Amino acid sequence: MTVITKKPESPTSHLSEEDIEQLGIELDAIRQDIIDSRGENDAAYIRKVVDVQRKLELGSRAVLLVSIFPPAWILGTAGLTIAKIIENMEIGHNVMHGQWDWMRDPKIHSTTWEWDNASTAEGWKHSHNEVHHTYTNIVGKDNDLGYGIMRVDEDQTWVPSYLIQPALNFLNMLVFEYGIAAYDLELGKNLRIPKERRPASFAQNAKNTLRKIRKQATKDYVVHPLLSGPSFLHTAAANLTANVLRNVWTHSVIMCGHFPEGVETYEKAAIPEKETRGEWYLRQMLGSANISGSKAMHFMTGNLSHQIEHHLFPDLPSNRYAEIAPKVKALFDKYDLNYHDAPLPQQVFSAWHKIVRLSLPNGWMESTNVKNLPKQLGALAKLTRADLRTRRRMLKEIEAAGAAAS
Amino acid sequence: MSRPARGGSGASFRSGLRQRLTRVAEAAVTPLELADVLDHFHPLRRDSADLRARIVSVHPETRDAATIVLQPGKDWAGHVPGQYIRIGIDVDGVRHWRAYSLTHGPRPDGRISITVKAVPDGIVSNHLVHGARPGTLVHLEQAAGEFVLPSGIEQGPGKLLFVTAGSGITPVIGMLRNLFPVTDSGVLDLPRSHDLDITVVHVAPSEPVSIFIHDLRALHDAGAIRLVAHHTDKAGRFAVDTLGEVIPDLAERTTYACGPTGLLDEVRTHHEGLGLPLHVEQFRVDTIVAGEGGTVGFTAAGPTVDAPGDRPILDVAEEAGVLMPSGCRMGICMGCVLPMTEGAVRDLRNGELTVAVPGETHPDGVPIQTCISAAAGDCTLSH
Repeated sequence: MTVITKKPESPTSHLSEEDIEQLGIELDAIRQDIIDSRGENDAAYIRKVVDVQRKLELGSRAVLLVSIFPPAWILGTAGLTIAKIIENMEIGHNVMHGQWDWMRDPKIHSTTWEWDNASTAEGWKHSHNEVHHTYTNIVGKDNDLGYGIMRVDEDQTWVPSYLIQPALNFLNMLVFEYGIAAYDLELGKNLRIPKERRPASFAQNAKNTLRKIRKQATKDYVVHPLLSGPSFLHTAAANLTANVLRNVWTHSVIMCGHFPEGVETYEKAAIPEKETRGEWYLRQMLGSANISGSKAMHFMTGNLSHQIEHHLFPDLPSNRYAEIAPKVKALFDKYDLNYHDAPLPQQVFSAWHKIVRLSLPNGWMESTNVKNLPKQLGALAKLTRADLRTRRRMLKEIEAAGAAAS
Repeated sequence: MSRPARGGSGASFRSGLRQRLTRVAEAAVTPLELADVLDHFHPLRRDSADLRARIVSVHPETRDAATIVLQPGKDWAGHVPGQYIRIGIDVDGVRHWRAYSLTHGPRPDGRISITVKAVPDGIVSNHLVHGARPGTLVHLEQAAGEFVLPSGIEQGPGKLLFVTAGSGITPVIGMLRNLFPVTDSGVLDLPRSHDLDITVVHVAPSEPVSIFIHDLRALHDAGAIRLVAHHTDKAGRFAVDTLGEVIPDLAERTTYACGPTGLLDEVRTHHEGLGLPLHVEQFRVDTIVAGEGGTVGFTAAGPTVDAPGDRPILDVAEEAGVLMPSGCRMGICMGCVLPMTEGAVRDLRNGELTVAVPGETHPDGVPIQTCISAAAGDCTLSH
């Protein structure tokens, strides 16, 4: 993949300015339909989900009080994992988007919600709602593209340190909630600059995040284990397992949203100063990928499986995405655009494939086969040690070889 | 080993233990509030997160009015007859707040009641009269209001006049039921109310739509009160200056009036002219009429700004130097949300109006996204 403007044939070149504006109007109409019809049933839905989630979590934690017995450990850990996933995905993420603000219920509102995650609601709302959803897939603006630590686009210049990015991504997957917390704080960027040049808000945000992490960890690794008495270690292990499984699941789902091969990225310079609503919609349409699957799967992803619909209308209630998906897809067909939709394993594989492929220089994977593997590995080894000029020359050669091979 | 002396040992030890247990429970449910978690199981318990009540029953009073009996939560602090409550109820999934007078005195079963008249286009009143179902939970605020009889009035000799119109009877029926309880065997003649001399002038459009007319007649027939019922379909408009003719001893009476603004203004003028004591209760003091643009005021942050009807409040306020919270500036991130305590705004994307009326919407205001909202009248933002 490469930014859309550098492709030999842009997937949007067949659309005129008028087409794009008309597309925006038609999408606005889909949005308005939902706004006009949301009401009692939707409110009952989210209240039910919140109620069931809290009871599932309490029930699972109650079972874990005797987690010294293996069946209790398995049941409690499974329940807690599911509860944590629902809390983060279908409830937390969506409530913080303001999807339920229209109910005017201060208990289920974007301004008051705090979630079961290491990152603070405040930090998340900034980095996710504000930055990622506004500047979706614009290289250099949307930090979700590789989280600032990975190369997820051909146009990012390859350096040897990217070789470890598959391992890095794997590690990030395991500790994802802390990864998000660090990412919300822009920790990497802020730690590199001297203290006095960091934004004034950084110290306060860092303090809030540390306090949140302390409370979260105290709950899962001190209070509940202590309450479990002789099951102390078992409960601590169960909570750790639930947190890690939740991390792995959310990380996988989120990777599927924007990382699979074929999802478009954008160049900062090519985005007009005053992007119209239609243009913004178009960028969201091509910059997101859906996961197809069962109702249960959609629910457990917090309806982020409807990533395209979510990115078009981040503030519509998540329970309605399934209903508008066919209408949105019909618009893709009408305007001859690619509706990126595939089952979970396929999307996860595709996203990981890209992470691995781009950890290597452009063209390396394409120009490598069983026969020339030793030679290619040798080139890679040489590349890591080469000076800047040699590296630049070699990268060009490999890219050319890749283009010739494919 | 010696133990430190504990003052009043048992009780303080228990409260100390309770506090410690609460702290543990709070640490176990973070980031949720303990009260919110417990409310999932018992929303009407003591120390619940919000005061709530459950609808016990709905009794039609007239074609378009009904009495809603509520079981309030344990934190309900009680009320004095004549006071009102604000209730928050979800209609079509959206929470609305309204104030209604309590129509009973304190009841032995601990329940409270409001009587609601469905007004044309009234979202909440129509829902309560025609759509409310027993078992529904509503939000509640503690009783408030100064429209009550002074304590000790029963020791009399109290000579009172009530002037009410339409649903203005609701706080008064609460007072009357408290003074003269009705049982299966009729109106009780309690010694405490024996010396009261009460006249009620009640104005209604017609007999069938007159709420509580049967209760009032029963009290009249039992000799507890003197009722002057005035129905405008037969007798025409009620002329306030005829009060003196209808009630010969008007000058000796203290008047309590409740009804529409027009009637209250007339009674006020009339009584001021004669120098008579008067207490009034006025419903619906504010109505918001949505227009194009208006002023935007802030409770703390700065100057009042003139905002046109076609530009986001966020932009206009920032240009005027107000430090505003903001985010994506396109209506998706909720970073700019501020509570509007009063006024109306229009969503620039679809023209939808959001209105905040003090006393009707949530006490802390209605959250609005300033980046996509334009003023549709004068607004006040809490910021």
